[in-house]
Amino acid sequence: MPNNLFSQHTELSDEVLAYFKTLPQHGFIMVEYIWIGGSGQDLRCKTRTLPAKDGGYKPSDLPKWNFDGSSTGQAPGDDSEVILYPQHVYADPFRGGDNIMVLCDCYKPDGTPIDNNTRVACAKSCEEAAKEIPWFGIEQEYTLFEADGVTPFGWPKGGYPGPQGPYYCAIGKENAFGRHIMEAHYKACLFAGVKISGTNGEVMPGQWEYQVGPCIGIDAGDDLWVSRYLLQRVCELFGIIVSLDPKPIPGDWNGAGCHTNYSTEAMRNPGGYAKIIEAIEKLAKKHEQHILAYGEGNERRLTGRHETASMASFSYGVANRGASVRIGRQVEEEGCGYFEDRRPASNMDPYVVTGMIVRTTLLD
Amino acid sequence: MPNNLFSQHTELSDAILESFKTLDQKGFIMVEYIWIGGSGQDLRCKTRTMPYKEGGYKPSDLPKWNFDGSSTGQAPGDDSEVIIYPQAVYADPFRGGDNIMALCDCYKPDGTPIDNNTRLACAKACQEAEKEIPWFGIEQEYTLFEADGVTPFGWPKGGYPGPQGPYYCAIGKENAFGRHIMEAHYKACLFAGVKISGTNGEVMPGQWEYQVGPCVGITAGDDLWVSRYLLQRVCELFGVIVSLDPKPIPGDWNGAGCHTNYSTEPMRNPGGYAKIIEAIEKLGKKHEQHIKAYGEGNERRLTGRHETASISQFSYGVANRGASIRIGRQVEEEGCGYFEDRRPASNMDPYVVTGMIIQTTLLD
Repeated sequence: MPNNLFSQHTELSDEVLAYFKTLPQHGFIMVEYIWIGGSGQDLRCKTRTLPAKDGGYKPSDLPKWNFDGSSTGQAPGDDSEVILYPQHVYADPFRGGDNIMVLCDCYKPDGTPIDNNTRVACAKSCEEAAKEIPWFGIEQEYTLFEADGVTPFGWPKGGYPGPQGPYYCAIGKENAFGRHIMEAHYKACLFAGVKISGTNGEVMPGQWEYQVGPCIGIDAGDDLWVSRYLLQRVCELFGIIVSLDPKPIPGDWNGAGCHTNYSTEAMRNPGGYAKIIEAIEKLAKKHEQHILAYGEGNERRLTGRHETASMASFSYGVANRGASVRIGRQVEEEGCGYFEDRRPASNMDPYVVTGMIVRTTLLD
Repeated sequence: MPNNLFSQHTELSDAILESFKTLDQKGFIMVEYIWIGGSGQDLRCKTRTMPYKEGGYKPSDLPKWNFDGSSTGQAPGDDSEVIIYPQAVYADPFRGGDNIMALCDCYKPDGTPIDNNTRLACAKACQEAEKEIPWFGIEQEYTLFEADGVTPFGWPKGGYPGPQGPYYCAIGKENAFGRHIMEAHYKACLFAGVKISGTNGEVMPGQWEYQVGPCVGITAGDDLWVSRYLLQRVCELFGVIVSLDPKPIPGDWNGAGCHTNYSTEPMRNPGGYAKIIEAIEKLGKKHEQHIKAYGEGNERRLTGRHETASISQFSYGVANRGASIRIGRQVEEEGCGYFEDRRPASNMDPYVVTGMIIQTTLLD
């Protein structure tokens, strides 16, 4: 039943859809091609039928495809074809069976990447740094909204819930708003083959976090983008809206980040702590360049309050959630491990951020 | 529960129907005879019981049948029998099991086709051109409406959603309206044996597209008509209305087309590009004749805006979505392939369009 407070259209029956989903596909599978659209944040997709293949499809088995780039702000109308190159295959948790999704990146017909293809540069950096075996663990925060796009999920319409305190990792109807989303998304990621490593309720009510990783190199960006696709599709199914805005509600409410944990093999090995500090010092020297690329609207989030560092200055410290970069206590004790860049906003492009971290700490 | 904003009748329980659908049929199957009605766009159907047949029924195994043509505008009241000849058999996704559907065309009792039987001429053209092995890939666009028949699905009642831009191939509750329909229809087509090759969300919110093909000759028209039957039946199950009107909402909202992709074996073979141009030039000479037959109301859609060419002028170009006919970039590069006639409206008769394309390019 539609909730007329927030949305008026007829609810389409999930049971009716469930019946169709059980129909055999007679030797065919559906392949969902997924790409990043013109804003650099919107995800787009379309499906094609392919014969079922024993052992499944690798990206190189799948045909390149194309789409109307003039409809996504990625090509002009008189030369509108944008070519999709399959890069990473995942199982499709919405269609099940042998149906798959393939994450793609976008090229012009002449084979050069389109302007907002951020994957190519990241893949290049990751390849150049391959012998360092860079790992990433990314903490994606997100905020749920009602179908009106304005009321955070669980908040009273036109008002506010009680102040932050009770909600972080909490349980109970009065404290946890939208757990179904988090649960469904977790299962979807596991099924798909996205390396989801954990989840928790966040400080602001209606806000959640999940972590993806540790992923090696380019897989971090791929898995994070697909996890976002799964999240928005899950929310679509539940009839609510997800936002990756870094400061969805102004005032005394936490923003949403995408803290990026990072290590190389050298850092992970005994004695690696020195390598960690060395890398952080390199990041410090390029703070402004990084910050500019760490997500649009980040200045609304990085105020120095609500567990953030100020945007203008770079800082780091052990167990310090008010610093730009945080080193875990255990890492300090063991003398090796990883560190956490807390600057990226929830809407950051993981290809840009991971590629830049690799470049600054290993290649420049 | 009925959504009282749009529809007031009692919802009939799908769960109760389900309990009947599981009942054994005791050695019989249900055969749904499907035909095109008097408007040339409405689909009609009725069912008969037949004994289960090992290996299934071919069209020639099924008996001719008849219906009351005076009730569909296809025969006068004093001589109302119209005979239906089974032409193509499909599995029935609504009834499942061994139940089938038979697409038919209509004849007078004396064996001559009724006036609006468009299949016969198409089948004749396809047969005459058989050795060229003509292939068709048809892109059917459609618009969903609420049960009031007036509010596009997902639009606010009496209002408008945000302007076009975010919706093409999009995800999320705010961007994709009615995905259940698309998903159920895709599975229904795969099960039925309709050659559905892909799908995507369209530029106007509440509008979708699916592609049928590549089909050889007459099977293109058969598969497309059956896909439309399945679409309307799926929408009936979900309680929404589907429209194939070519410009359902006036103003700055895309229309709905039925772009028809076409090739012959010479065009598909190396060096076929010259054959492609030759065929397009032939179509150019008969633009007016084709356009008149390409769907009622097309003049409201083909304005020269919203990715259409103007109805009065014929044009073609590589990767040009503003032309009457578009040649894909890859086709130009490879020197062979197919081309896309972008003129047909969403409500076109595929028998008329495919038959006419063959007639003009191969037979005249």
